[in-house]
Amino acid sequence: MPPIRSEVLELRATPDIVHVRQTVRARAAEMGFTLVDQTKLVTAASELARNAITYGGGGRVRIEALEEDTRRGLRLTFEDQGAGIANVEQALTDGYTTGNGLGLGLGGARRLVNEFSIHSRVGEGTRVTITRWM
Amino acid sequence: MARTPERRAQRPVRDARADARHARDAQHPIATVLAEHEAELLTEWLAGQRSTVRRPDLIRDSELNAQAAEFLATLRQAVMTGNVRDVQAPAYDGVRSVLGTLSRARSLQGFTPSETAMFVFSLKGPLYARLRRAVPGGPDQVIDTMAAAGHLLDQLGLYTVEVYQRSREEVIARQQEDMMELSTPVVKLWDGIVALPMIGTLDSARTQVVMETLLQRIVETGAEVAIIDITGVPTVDTLTAQHLLKTVTAARLMGADCIISGIRPQIAQTIVHLGVDLTDVTTKATLADALRLAFTRVGAANGVPLRQTPARA
Ligand SMILES: Nc1ncnc2c1ncn2[C@@H]1O[C@H](COP(=O)(O)OP(=O)(O)OP(=O)(O)O)[C@@H](O)[C@H]1O
Ligand SMILES: [Mg+2]
Repeated sequence: MPPIRSEVLELRATPDIVHVRQTVRARAAEMGFTLVDQTKLVTAASELARNAITYGGGGRVRIEALEEDTRRGLRLTFEDQGAGIANVEQALTDGYTTGNGLGLGLGGARRLVNEFSIHSRVGEGTRVTITRWM
Repeated sequence: MARTPERRAQRPVRDARADARHARDAQHPIATVLAEHEAELLTEWLAGQRSTVRRPDLIRDSELNAQAAEFLATLRQAVMTGNVRDVQAPAYDGVRSVLGTLSRARSLQGFTPSETAMFVFSLKGPLYARLRRAVPGGPDQVIDTMAAAGHLLDQLGLYTVEVYQRSREEVIARQQEDMMELSTPVVKLWDGIVALPMIGTLDSARTQVVMETLLQRIVETGAEVAIIDITGVPTVDTLTAQHLLKTVTAARLMGADCIISGIRPQIAQTIVHLGVDLTDVTTKATLADALRLAFTRVGAANGVPLRQTPARA
């Protein structure tokens, strides 16, 4: 089913992360997500937005409100054209970081949502899609 | 914006229609002029801009030339599809993208909205001159073509103003957000106890400043306990957590214990899912709980500070 609402935000620099969080929070609240679910989705969004900026050299996120017969949800797709990830399994491992982070962002984001998929190609970029259902 | 231009542009049905229109309108004079005289147009247009709207203080010649060339190239591609009316159509994705980038940049570089729009409007002169010579047929056709070209450039000029306006609003919204982060004072609650009520986001350069301020105040006041209250922080992600952990460690090295208070239920759950380990950190649900604990730590029975008592064994 096509999304009932869709928008794209640019991810260029750190202030954009704040904007992404606020927008995701607003959409999730409008749809009636519980406070806990809103916070989980916003936090996952924060992690993936920052990864796209820090490691992907910037990109964009598409925010889509989904409505199916029996359920409603919010899907976020983060895309960058950065260096890509050579070993996705390793990147998802808690504590693994090539920067100065805690190495918990990717794995944490996966645990905070219902659906998580990641496609990455070295030299081409990374796309991470997460969905949280109500 | 519920728009997915890439996908729409790929729909086969549109391609077919576009092809048909292309075949019919391939001779549109605007397309012909753009295709046959692109280089001359560029030269004439740039010369015109230099004498009118050029701002050498704000933009380099090389940058302006590149923008103008890119705009003409994408405009030619768009017009070749036969569409010279609807600049919101997928055929104009490339044009809008070039103008969008340009307008955003100019709003930050300090151009005025009209100077930004003049980039497009200043093309009218050279384009009209070329069209006048190229349009076949009588005055009616010339007038029609001019009107179409005028309409097209007006739309694109207005688009630059729209983007310009939007990016200005974004800048203002961000400044307001940053202000929130500025207003985080470190308060001395009692002898030996300082508190930092954090408000807003914790992941910008501002956080560093705030945390450094806290450490500075610990030194100045000789505090033994520092309470960081995060009731006003909407999201705690890994970077926020890392900032908090670093501050706790730094404070400890300076002889002060940190208590983090105001961890609301939704934040607590999220932290657990993220996998952040806060077991080494003292946490309390509310500022009052934290304060109670702080009093016992500084040896202040019933809220009466006993500074001579060693706070920690
Ligand atoms: N979009 C991306 N492009 C390229 N590499 C990435 C991307 N996202 C993550 N990575 C790689 O995966 C590693 C793990 O990412 P993760 O978000 O889990 O940890 P981190 O960003 O290093 O630290 P944290 O998120 O805890 O602050 C990163 O250090 C980086 O090497
Ligand atoms: Mg990360």
